[in-house]
Amino acid sequence: MPDVLAADATIGNPAVNISIFGAFVLVTLAITFKASRNNKSAADYYAAGRTITGQQNGLAIAGDYLSAASFLGIAGAIAVYGYDGFLYSIGFLVAWLVALLLVAELMRNTARFTMADVLAFRMRQGPVRTAAAISTLAVSLFYLLAQMSGAGGLVALLLGVSGDLAEALVVALVGALMIFYVLVGGMRGTTWVQIIKASLLILGALVMTLWVLGEYGFNLSALLGGAVESAGNESVLNPGARYGVSDVSKLDFISLALALVLGTAGLPHVLMRFYTVPTAKDARRSVVWAIWLIGIFYLFSLVIGYGAGALVGAEDILAAPGGVNSAAPLLAFELGGTVLLGIIAGVAFATILAVVAGLTITASASFAHDVYASVIKKGDVPPNGEVKVARITAVVVGAISIGLGILALQAGLNIAFLVALAFAVAASANLPTILYTLFWKRFTTQGALWSIYGGLIVCIGLIIFSPVVSGAETAMFSGVDFAWFPLNNPGLVSIPASFLLGWLGTVMTKEKPNEAKWAELEVRAFTGIGAEKAVDH
Amino acid sequence: MTPPPDRRLLTPEEYRAAQDSPEFVELKKRFRSFAFPMTVAFLAWYLLYVLLSTYAVDFMSTPVFGNVNVGLLFGLAQFVTTFVITHLYVAHANKRTDPIADEMRDRLEAHEFAPGTTTDGAHTPGSTRA
Repeated sequence: MPDVLAADATIGNPAVNISIFGAFVLVTLAITFKASRNNKSAADYYAAGRTITGQQNGLAIAGDYLSAASFLGIAGAIAVYGYDGFLYSIGFLVAWLVALLLVAELMRNTARFTMADVLAFRMRQGPVRTAAAISTLAVSLFYLLAQMSGAGGLVALLLGVSGDLAEALVVALVGALMIFYVLVGGMRGTTWVQIIKASLLILGALVMTLWVLGEYGFNLSALLGGAVESAGNESVLNPGARYGVSDVSKLDFISLALALVLGTAGLPHVLMRFYTVPTAKDARRSVVWAIWLIGIFYLFSLVIGYGAGALVGAEDILAAPGGVNSAAPLLAFELGGTVLLGIIAGVAFATILAVVAGLTITASASFAHDVYASVIKKGDVPPNGEVKVARITAVVVGAISIGLGILALQAGLNIAFLVALAFAVAASANLPTILYTLFWKRFTTQGALWSIYGGLIVCIGLIIFSPVVSGAETAMFSGVDFAWFPLNNPGLVSIPASFLLGWLGTVMTKEKPNEAKWAELEVRAFTGIGAEKAVDH
Repeated sequence: MTPPPDRRLLTPEEYRAAQDSPEFVELKKRFRSFAFPMTVAFLAWYLLYVLLSTYAVDFMSTPVFGNVNVGLLFGLAQFVTTFVITHLYVAHANKRTDPIADEMRDRLEAHEFAPGTTTDGAHTPGSTRA
């Protein structure tokens, strides 16, 4: 096996990989076309007419959430670093409790289409909507960048193409397909793409998990023993292989852990999924489904990760094109040969495609609904004018992310880092503002602006002056050193800063909270009165 | 997205009356008495896990049986508690908060919180039922 790898930069049969991926694209395109026939109003385009059931939406949330970083990144991190890779998945999972307990139902009851609907509810519309839209776009773009550059890196391994031009072409192809899904299918089409993709991904992971466990007589301890034997020492079972190196890296890990657990409930594309269901109870049901699916998937990825470490070996994984991210595909090849690899490769590619479609629709909805319709046109838009703008925005966002994706790919930016960054921005700029808006009566416009812009600026500012951008060997600009902030992830500082600024901005203004709007927000959030209903076709 | 013709929008006075009603105060109390302490609890439990994994590596590396060590069991326990809290929340919502929310929503839709209708005794039984 390793000899085959060394002889050839790609594994498996690219024709098989491409045809499985092609089949996924064809099926989802057909469904997207079918779904598009019901796309008439803004509620159809943004929120699938609010007709998605809780169970379907749970699958779609899992589809949105289990991105390439989750599937390839976590399995790879466990295969190479062992225990420390496992820590990621726990943060990603526990985060859902914040969404379930504090955010999902209350947001579903008060908003129509976007996060800004809630944040601006009892504030001065223009400034707060603009701020919320800017932070939505920032999070979506970071996340999009991660997925796009992941797509380019993945193909080198899976489809047998390599070289800058070929990878750029793949990014452009992914971008074009994504724009098509979003333009034609709207939220309804995108939701179905997510549902199909999540089902395939979880099934594929289940097959690999059972297969790996079967190799070790369904004995977890024996599997761990295999990983130890392959790694040559026991450190893969213990914490610290990756983050335990120094005091700074330990703090960095705590910072990352904080961003992961508080970021999820502030991710705009996750929040937007809550508006596709008919009632708050369905929103609750969908989060419950999502928690179970995502949790079980991460348990699978623990087995897949240690399985790849044991059966493929960390050295071969790191040497393969795609590096750490290639652990799961390499394991699939080791277990089931060309066909299983083709299936897993197709699923991984579909994963990226589905996630970018979800992000694009969120970004375009935020611009069209919050900036264009509410701020620029002050609510005075012709019927369908908003959806038209949303479609144009989807094309623009798609084009920008293709361009930036190609740049990020050539700069060799790490996928997991970009995703962690998106989580840090979401946890810093969005979550504090959401919680204050829902639970603190005195919260004012100035407080909201301070926590959104403050969180955003502190978070991105610290990233610019971190070792990620300059100073370190692996930095974006390794030749210069203007890094004075020691941590890679800014969450430890930027999240408390945003909470503090939201409080400070509120107590330092003479502005009185709008009591009538506060009453309306609270009563609507907790009882569901006046919540947007499903569209009847 | 036009509302059905028979659906009259609620007035700010109705929202204020509903917000001040004893059953709404009770609804909020029930929601907060579960969600807030539970959030503190699971965040503390998660941070404990993160801190132990970072600063108590030797403890987490203690083998328990075979190749399974304390850290792995601790991590799996995070999955278990997440599933359990999810279940507890759903049970709490179904039993303790949904009944009040559903009843209040029906009465708001019937405009029973509008000024002038409060004196007909329409919502006094509801507050005790909550």
